[in-house]
Amino acid sequence: MQYLEGRKYVVQAIFLAVALVFATRLFYIQVLDSSYKLAADRNTLQRIVQPPYRGLIYDRKGQILVQNTPVYDLMVVPREVKQLDTLRFSQLLQLPLEEVREGLQQARKFSRVKASPLVQNLNTQELAAIQDNLIDFPGFSVKARMARSYNTHTMAHALGYVGSITPKLLERPQYAKYQPGEFLGITGLESFYEKQLMGRRGVQYRMVNVRGIEKGAFRGGEYDTLSVAGQDLHLSLDSELQGYAEKLMAGKRGSVVALDPKTGEILAFVSAPMFDPEMLSGKGMGNRYMELLNNPEQPLFNRPLMATYPPGSTFKLVNELVALQAGVVTPNTPFACNFKLVRCTHRHEYPSNVGIAIKQSCNPYFYQVMRATVLRGRSSNRFEDARLGLGEWRRQVMKFGLGEKLGVDMGNEKRGLVPSPEFYDKRNGYHRWTYRTVYSLSIGQGEIGITGLQMANVMATIANRGWYYTPHFVRGIGSGGPLPEYQVKHTVGVDAQHFEAIVPGMMSVVDGNGGTGNNASLADVGISVAGKTGTVQNPHGDDHATFAAFAPAQDPQIAIVVFIENAGFGGSSAAPLAALVIEKHLRGKIAPWRHRWEEWLPGPADRFIKRRKY
Amino acid sequence: MNSLPARYNRSIDWVTVLLYLLMVGVGWLNVYAASYSPDTPANPLSSLSFGQLMSYDWFKQIIWIGTALLLVVMVLVVDPKAYDTLAYGLYGLMIVLLIITPFIARPIAGSRSWLELGPVRLQPAEFAKFITALAASRYLASINLRQQSFRDQLVLAGLTLLPPVLIIAANETGQALVFAAFLLAYFREGMSPIILLILAAGAVILILALLVPKLWLLAGFTVLLVIALAANWRTLRHYIPLSLGVWAVVVGMVFGVDFFFNNVLQDHQRKRIEILINPSADPLGVGWNVTQSKIAIGSGGLAGKGFLQGTQTKFDFVPAQSTDFIFCTVGEEWGWLGSIVTIGLFMGLLGRIGYVAERQKSVFGRTYGYCVASIIFFHFCINIGMTIGLAPVVGIPLPFFSYGGSSLWSFTTLLFILLAIDAARKQDLERY
Repeated sequence: MQYLEGRKYVVQAIFLAVALVFATRLFYIQVLDSSYKLAADRNTLQRIVQPPYRGLIYDRKGQILVQNTPVYDLMVVPREVKQLDTLRFSQLLQLPLEEVREGLQQARKFSRVKASPLVQNLNTQELAAIQDNLIDFPGFSVKARMARSYNTHTMAHALGYVGSITPKLLERPQYAKYQPGEFLGITGLESFYEKQLMGRRGVQYRMVNVRGIEKGAFRGGEYDTLSVAGQDLHLSLDSELQGYAEKLMAGKRGSVVALDPKTGEILAFVSAPMFDPEMLSGKGMGNRYMELLNNPEQPLFNRPLMATYPPGSTFKLVNELVALQAGVVTPNTPFACNFKLVRCTHRHEYPSNVGIAIKQSCNPYFYQVMRATVLRGRSSNRFEDARLGLGEWRRQVMKFGLGEKLGVDMGNEKRGLVPSPEFYDKRNGYHRWTYRTVYSLSIGQGEIGITGLQMANVMATIANRGWYYTPHFVRGIGSGGPLPEYQVKHTVGVDAQHFEAIVPGMMSVVDGNGGTGNNASLADVGISVAGKTGTVQNPHGDDHATFAAFAPAQDPQIAIVVFIENAGFGGSSAAPLAALVIEKHLRGKIAPWRHRWEEWLPGPADRFIKRRKY
Repeated sequence: MNSLPARYNRSIDWVTVLLYLLMVGVGWLNVYAASYSPDTPANPLSSLSFGQLMSYDWFKQIIWIGTALLLVVMVLVVDPKAYDTLAYGLYGLMIVLLIITPFIARPIAGSRSWLELGPVRLQPAEFAKFITALAASRYLASINLRQQSFRDQLVLAGLTLLPPVLIIAANETGQALVFAAFLLAYFREGMSPIILLILAAGAVILILALLVPKLWLLAGFTVLLVIALAANWRTLRHYIPLSLGVWAVVVGMVFGVDFFFNNVLQDHQRKRIEILINPSADPLGVGWNVTQSKIAIGSGGLAGKGFLQGTQTKFDFVPAQSTDFIFCTVGEEWGWLGSIVTIGLFMGLLGRIGYVAERQKSVFGRTYGYCVASIIFFHFCINIGMTIGLAPVVGIPLPFFSYGGSSLWSFTTLLFILLAIDAARKQDLERY
C-alpha cells in the first residue's frame, strides 16, 4: 500500500487548511472588526440616564425667578394596553375622547413596545386624581420628571423657555447626548446657557439578558456616574425695574433696553407685546405656543435683538463723534440750517455749534457734518471720493458695535446694517452714486438698520466716553462671575474729549429751553439726563418714536433706549417713558407729580400722535 | 493475562490520553462558564442539594465525565481483538436500535431520536458513528483493496449509508451528515480521488448556484470550457466528447442543485443555507443563532473578556450555549488566543490520531484510526464553522467540549477503541 502512503499528507493538508481558515476568520471578527463588540454592548448594556437638576435663575437682587417643580407624564406602552375602555379612560383624564384616541394612535406609530408619553406635564393634583384608577388600565404608567415653574410674570423673552428636544436638533453633534423626549432650553437664556443649566447626567449601566431582565450593575458599577446639578444663573435683570418697564410698554409694540454702562449688564429688557413665561410651561403648553405664534402682534418676536430699524435722529450723535474724531469739524463748527439740503424738523435758532444742533436735532447741520466726513477730496473723481469716504465712515461706525452682532448672551441676535460702498455699488452701480445718494444716513434714516440693544450699547459707550462692555444678561454663573467674554473692555476709537463735546448738547435736549426731549427731564429730582430723541420715518405707517439717554450725565449709572413703533415724535412718548425707568432705577421711586405719566403711558401707541389737520 | 494498568502502562499512547484529558477539562470549564449563573452560591457543592445541583449543566457534565472515564476503563478491559470480531454484530444491533428508536422514543425538539433510561437520555445515532467505523474498517480489511470489485464498493457504500438514512428518517439530519466524514478515511484507503473532487465540485456549484443566477453560471462555465479547449486545441481536441460530457454533467448539477434546494430540502434547512449566504437577512428569526453567535465570539477580542465574564453567552443571547454553541463561550471569554489554543488542541489530537493510525500494521486498525480522525474533524469543521458563519447551522456538538452525555460517551468510546487497538499492536510486538 506504499503508493497510498502519500495520501496522508493530503488528509493533513485538508485538516490544516480548515484550521487556518478558522484562525483567519476568527482573527478578523475578534480582533480586526470592532462592530461585534458594539453589537454585544447594545445587546446587554442598558444605559439608565438620571437627568440632573436644572440650574435655577435669580434676578439682580437675588430674587428667584425660575425653579423646578415635579411634573408627571402619563406614559403608554401600546402593546400592553388590553381592552381599553376609551370612554371611561378619557373621562378619568378629563380629556376629549378624540384626543385620547389620537394620542394612542401616535404612540402606536412611535413604537408598540416602547413607552411614549400620552399626556405630559400633569401637576401633583392632576396626578392624584387619576393615579389610583390607573391600576385598572394596564399599559399605562406615570413617569415623574422636573419641569420649569416661574416666580415672575415678566421677562419671558429674556428667560426663554424649556421644551422637549426636536428630532432635528437630535441630529446635531452637540446634542448627541440628548435622548428623544428630553427637555432642553429652546430660546433665550435657557437655550444660551443650556450647558451650564443642564448640569451633568448621571449614567448607570445595567446588564440585561435576552428578555430585558436586569442582571445587576455592569462591572460592579465601575462606570456609573452620579448626576451633577446644573449651575444657577444670576441675572443682571432687575425684576422690579423690568416689571415697571413692561407695565409702561403695555399695549404697544417696541422695546426698552436699559444697561448699566459701567459693566454692560442689562438691567431691563422689554420686548412688547409681552407674554407670561408660564404660558410656555406645563400642561397645554403646545396649544398656548401655537396661540402665541399665530398672534398677529407677534409676541414671540424678540424685538430688542431681532427688530432692526433705522435709528433716526439718535444716530446723529454717532455721526458727530465720527466727524470729530476725523478732525473734519470741531464742536464749534457752525453749519446753516439749510432747507435746500434736507428738510429740517422745525424752524429753530441758528446752529452755531454742535450743542445747539443736537438740542434742535437740526437735519441740515448733520447733513453737512457727515458730508465733511465723507467728501474729503481723497480722489479727484467725486464718485470715488464718496466711495472712499463712506468706507472710512463705515469702519469707524462699526467700531460702535453696529452692523455686527454684539455678542450678547442670547441667540438669534441680528447684525443690523451699516451700508458699505459695495452695497451702493450693487444697488446703484459702480461710480454711479455720490454723497447726495447716501445723505439719509447722516440723520439715521435710509439704508441703515440698528437693533434696540445696539443703540443702548451706543448710549452706554457715550456715557462711558468711549468704551463699553458687551451687553449681557448673566452677571454670575454658579458662584463665579460672568462668561470671560463679558469681562473684556472694548474701545470704539473715538477720544474721550469728543464725547465730552457732545454730552452738553445731549443734556440740553432734555433740560435746555425748547429741547426736543424736555419730557424726559428729571431735573426736579436732581438728576441730569443726557439724551436724544428720534422720530423714525416708517414707509408702512406712522413714524416710530425713539429716545436714547443715560443718567446721571456726569456719573452714568443707566443707559437706556426706548423704541415705540408707530408712536410718532420721540419726545412725546419715548422720552417720558425712558425718564420714568431712569428715575425708578436711580431713586427706586417716582416723584408724585409724575404719577400721571405712569397712568397715561400704558396703552396703545396711536394716542401719542397729534394728528395734523390738513 | 496482565492486570489492566500493567497492560497499558507502557503501551498506551499517553500523548492522545493527555490531549483527551486536556480537552475534556477545558471543555468542562467552558460548560461551567456557559451554565454559570451569578445567583449560584459561592460553594454550590456543599450548599445545594443533589436535586438542585442536577439543574446545572456543569454539574451534570461532571457526572458525564466521570462515567466517560469509567467507559474508558471498560473499553480498555475488553480484549482489543473483540472490536474486530464483534464489529458486524454490533452493527446489526445498532441497525435494529436505529429502526425501533423512532417508534419507542418520545419526540424531543422535533425528532424522535432520544432513548430515555430513567434520568439518562441517550441518542443511538451518536453511537452509530463508531460502530459504523468499526464495521467499515472490518469490511475494508477483509477485501482485496487492490482489486476492488464494484460489488465490494457497493457493499461498503451500503454499509456506510444505511445508518444515516435511518437517522434522517428519525429527523436528525445533522447526525446523518457526519457520515460524509467516512469519505476522508476511504480516500486514505484508496478510494478514487475523483469521488472527492466531484463532491467538492458539487459543493462549489451548490454555493455558486445560490449566489449567481443559473444562466450566468452556465454561460461562464461554457465560456471557460471553450477557452480552455481553444487554447490547447492540439492536445485537447481528443477530449471533446469528454468535455461535452462534463458540460452536460455540470448543467445537470446546476439544475439539480436548484431542484435539490427547492424541493428536497426542508424549509428550515433551506433557510439555514440562505442565512449562510446572506447573514443579515432576518436577524431576529432564522439568522438569530448565527448573528448572536458571531456577536458573542467577535466581542471577545484578542484576549477575551475573562473566565465567567462573558455577557452574551451568560445572558442567554446565544441559544444552546452549553451544547452546540459552546465555542461561543470559548471565543467570548478567552478571545482569539483562546480560540487558537482550542483549534490547536484539535489539530494536535487529529495529527496524533493520524500518526497513530499510520503506525498500525493492520488495515483494520489504520482504517479505524482514519475514521476516528475524520469523524472528529467533521464535527470540528461544521460546529466551529457554524458559530462563525462559515457553515450552515447543523445541530452537531463540538467533540469533548459540548455539554452532553451521549456525545461525550460516544467520542470517548470512539477514541479509546483506537487506543486499545493501538496498545494491542505494541503488546503483540512485545510478545513476539
